[in-house]
Amino acid sequence: MKKVMVGNHAVAWGVRLARVEVISAYPITPQTQVVEKLSEMCADGTLAARFIKVESEHSAMAAVIGASATGVRAFTASSSHGLLYMHEMLHWAAGGRHPIVMADVNRAIGPGWNIWTDQNDSLSQRDTGWVQLYCETNQEVVDTTVMAFKLAESLSVPVMLMLDGFYLSHTAEPVDIPDQELVDRFLPKRDAPHKLDVDQPHAFGALVRPDSYMEMRWLQQEALQKVPETLAAIEQDWQRMFGRSYGAVEAYRAEGADLLLVTSGTITSTARTVVDARRAAGEAVGLLKVKMFRPFPTALLRDALRRLGRVSRVAVLDRNISPGHGGIFAEELRAALYDLGDGERPEIFGFVLGLGGRDVTPAVIGEAIAQARAGTVPSREDLWVGVNP
Amino acid sequence: MSQVRIDECIPTGELLTSGHLACPGCAAPLAMRLALKALGPNTIVVMPACCFTIIAGPWPQSSLQVPVYHAGFATGPAVASGVRAALDLQGKHDTTVMVWVGDGGTFDIGLQSLSGAAERNENILYVCYDNEAYMNTGIQRSSATPWGAWTTTTPAQFPESTNKKDILGIMAAHGIPYAATATVGYPVDLIEKFTRAKGMRGTRFLHLLSPCPPGWKCGDDEGIELARMAVQNRVFPMLEIEEGERWRLTMDHAGDPVEPYLRRQGRFRHLNAEQVAHIQTGIDRRWVALQRRVAMSGEHALSAVPSAVPSAAPSAAPSSAPQPAGV
Repeated sequence: MKKVMVGNHAVAWGVRLARVEVISAYPITPQTQVVEKLSEMCADGTLAARFIKVESEHSAMAAVIGASATGVRAFTASSSHGLLYMHEMLHWAAGGRHPIVMADVNRAIGPGWNIWTDQNDSLSQRDTGWVQLYCETNQEVVDTTVMAFKLAESLSVPVMLMLDGFYLSHTAEPVDIPDQELVDRFLPKRDAPHKLDVDQPHAFGALVRPDSYMEMRWLQQEALQKVPETLAAIEQDWQRMFGRSYGAVEAYRAEGADLLLVTSGTITSTARTVVDARRAAGEAVGLLKVKMFRPFPTALLRDALRRLGRVSRVAVLDRNISPGHGGIFAEELRAALYDLGDGERPEIFGFVLGLGGRDVTPAVIGEAIAQARAGTVPSREDLWVGVNP
Repeated sequence: MSQVRIDECIPTGELLTSGHLACPGCAAPLAMRLALKALGPNTIVVMPACCFTIIAGPWPQSSLQVPVYHAGFATGPAVASGVRAALDLQGKHDTTVMVWVGDGGTFDIGLQSLSGAAERNENILYVCYDNEAYMNTGIQRSSATPWGAWTTTTPAQFPESTNKKDILGIMAAHGIPYAATATVGYPVDLIEKFTRAKGMRGTRFLHLLSPCPPGWKCGDDEGIELARMAVQNRVFPMLEIEEGERWRLTMDHAGDPVEPYLRRQGRFRHLNAEQVAHIQTGIDRRWVALQRRVAMSGEHALSAVPSAVPSAAPSAAPSSAPQPAGV
């Protein structure tokens, strides 16, 4: 069934298809339509879930933690300051190994107040132990929401999926809604191995001494290390059943390219058109879309670059900034490729752009390509594109 | 009070084991022991950060024989809301979900979450065991610390300078089905209140005064007696409030003077006579206000026992109140 819908409603449809049982959320622009649509679905019975309308995001995450610990499938959505307010509970969800799925509508952080998109809200949660998946289209949002539950429940890790505020959250696109019966086969009802149960009483999250704490963190790390292969297997199933897949990293027209753009989120769609135009003009430019930021797809990126061989320059487009450092994807990519051999490691040029919802047009991307080609940018200092200080 | 045989009133089954890690003389494990006797094994405990995080025992042990979820400090009522929703979806409507947390997690950092859950009338039982300061971190003042008390952040030269927050009044104002006080000093009354609360639906709030020998600077063997004194001198009246409207005293309160209660605790040792009198005035004023609330609800005949100190009408002139030393 095809429907035209905005990204926020695509999230709600994914939640409905996954037959989520407990939702708890707090409204924040530009996530509100997720909450509104889910409220409608719960009210009209198309989604048989309990919706706990809490007084804050901190409580929203706490409530889904309680539900998840009791063995049901739980979901929340937030954005920007709401996500930051959840921060403590993000660690709790991950440390407690609760397979919660959350949608974050990427929005800048104040002050000054700004409701438009950038990735600093989610990227400042990168060390909380959540899987992070950045989506490019509304179709990808629906599909990823459902797959996220499968991934989360397979490894007992929470999964956060991101969509750009307004560019995706409020933009209508045609979406193919997967068949519910097939989704039910793909994602059966959750069967929690450990849960709050009076017939089998256990204590969860008790004090852990230094002699055991590291082992618990190691088990968490081990689970996160399994994410790439698990996600690949899940995507293979999705491809087989629904004819679509995305990959943790996608190479677009990258064969034979000497310069690669690295993107995430909706900038990717604009970058694809730039690549198409450059290719048509005979320029060997390609694209790597990084969908999965946590765990960082180090092996996938190294393999891709090895396989492509000829890439000498990489331009990373970062709609985010680690203040005092640089674009975050660029920094992580540099770290991931640091010990490649001299002939294998491309020059990495970082570009900070599009903060607080500023447009990233083909011209902006063109400027990044020109700078990377000219090689005038010191590779350890990211260039801010389109800034007039 | 009429004579009761304790062994006929208190169930014999135990759901709190020995070997827990409470300090000697702590009232909290006794309260938990009695609470679980009343609630039974069909109970899930949500436990935000508090002394009981330690008392319950470190992984892989647990002194509670019911499921426990150790929760973030501010999150007890929110986590419990999620647990409740999940249990209801599984048809487990009879399972009691109890939040068990101290005064810091209730009066201070958890108040927003608690107010949210109460406003939604979540079907949970919320229990605050109140030892009147952050005892687990080493006796720092909370908004439950009484006026005049020493803590490590309100030293004797500048003791606690504000009145204890009226948490029961705040909870009653939410119109929740049941709000009550209790203490281990009166175990039968405590059991009865937990049993009543268990039989009700919606948000139920129990406020337990919980003597803490290290924090109150009293003897390990004095907690029960201090809890009884706090009731009889009206520092901590025993009452029940239904729907925020029907207020009822659940026992007679002798109206003993507060001074002996204060003198038994090192945390009040620095107080002079004027300051003790100020505390007494506050107790008497609150008692008058409480009697009015009870009379207004018409549920209960007032105690005929007069206060030891003549009650004054509520005064709007705090300027005459003595200030803590050092102000």
